[in-house]
Amino acid sequence: MKTSVPIAVTFLVGTSLVLAIFIPHTPFSTLDEHFSVWFNILACFAFTLGGGNLLKTHLTKIGRRERDWQYSVVTVGGFLVMLVAGLFKLGAPSWDYDYIGRETWFKHIYDATFTPLQATMFSLLAFFVASASYRAFRAKTREATLLLIAAAVILLGRTPLGHVLTAWLPEPLAFLQISNLSTWILGVPNLAGQRAILIGIALGIISSAIKLILGIERSHLGGGRDA
Amino acid sequence: MDATSAQAWFNPAKANLLVIAALVVAAIVWSIARARGGAPVKIRRIAGLDAIEEAVGRATEMGRSVLYVCGMRDMDNVQTIAGVTILGAIARKTAEYDTRLLAPTCRSLVMSTARETVRASYLAAGRPDLYSDDMIYYVTDEQFGYVAHLDGLMVRQKPATCIYMGPFFAESLILAETGNSIGAIQVAGTAMPTQLPFFVAACDYTLIGEELFAASAYLSRDPGMMGSLKGQDFGKLIAMGAIAIGVLLETARVLTGSGGIASISTAFIRLFALNF
Repeated sequence: MKTSVPIAVTFLVGTSLVLAIFIPHTPFSTLDEHFSVWFNILACFAFTLGGGNLLKTHLTKIGRRERDWQYSVVTVGGFLVMLVAGLFKLGAPSWDYDYIGRETWFKHIYDATFTPLQATMFSLLAFFVASASYRAFRAKTREATLLLIAAAVILLGRTPLGHVLTAWLPEPLAFLQISNLSTWILGVPNLAGQRAILIGIALGIISSAIKLILGIERSHLGGGRDA
Repeated sequence: MDATSAQAWFNPAKANLLVIAALVVAAIVWSIARARGGAPVKIRRIAGLDAIEEAVGRATEMGRSVLYVCGMRDMDNVQTIAGVTILGAIARKTAEYDTRLLAPTCRSLVMSTARETVRASYLAAGRPDLYSDDMIYYVTDEQFGYVAHLDGLMVRQKPATCIYMGPFFAESLILAETGNSIGAIQVAGTAMPTQLPFFVAACDYTLIGEELFAASAYLSRDPGMMGSLKGQDFGKLIAMGAIAIGVLLETARVLTGSGGIASISTAFIRLFALNF
């Protein structure tokens, strides 16, 4: 029962959604939309589970004074403050006011604390791009050298400097202008490679979907077969 | 004269898609049945998956943990399902080696599913005593909040092995570079083409696109699962044939300027139009 019922449900839902692509008749035409709503409802219940797990994990850490327990205090504090601010609509002029309305505490705390923290994490990407590029572009092998040349052409080709550097080339040699070379690299070899990867991904998704619908792949259900 | 309209039971604009899908699905199902019947299935080696055993072994020798990240989407994403499936195979190895596994998730449903999967793997490895729910826990749905937790975890606990399998976005390079800075062996796999270069640059091994979906078959060596990979090859054959015919037709059209060839070429391209 533990695996056969989920497999039966997966088969029913999976085949219905595949059929819905080709059948514009009700109820098939609205199936996709309805299943999305069902998924969101399930996810809402699961969020309670996640929130409960978050509290349990960090309260245990604090209770046992485990290593770095101080971070857990910040996590639990932040979670509870936002939960109370959102649930009770603190700062809202009336009860039917949106909890993320301009005057609510929830909105103020989110904008003043969470948004800058998020931006800080995102900005780290600039430094990581630099360090990763440095390693990737070291011309140690033939492939790395090709990558370096292609990257240099594309980087230059996207800037005014790149255009100025080769603008003097005569019309018959215009294809050698860095901006044109850059467009060619992106539009021909790069696009061909990307499309090859995308075709492989599409086939992989089809294959995975068939394995899930037919119940061949069942490790996400806890593996094994029913006794 | 009265005109009435009724909903159709079939959209003829998608007939081409139905035919192609039916061919690919039939090939995959046939390959699965054939492999289950005992026909030999040979698949190429995937370095990233071969390295997983070595990566878990290294973590065991160093007495450190293995960090596993299932990506940034929920269980309705096929990449996440692939990620959870691979987690099951890796959990079996960490159970055999008695190595600590950590799998923080950014979705509650992923946490529940991953717990079931890992519990089953520890049971299958004969080490249910080593399993604990604390190994898989929920952090937050927020992208950079989750990344901040993972980065902090990596810097503080210094896992010997970091494995990223699933859908990733802007956080891919932040995670992979942090893992690189702590000297961890890193194996990544995603079907997000825009993130692949970042993983290739910063990780030791990267599963590119379809390899992510092939991983569960490769690791489990189950004949049915391996057979599905053979079926995919038939789809690739159709794609290669179609590309070759398309190139020939378009080249002939440009060289000859013939209206007849142009019509055939346009009709051929329409065969593969998605019409959604």
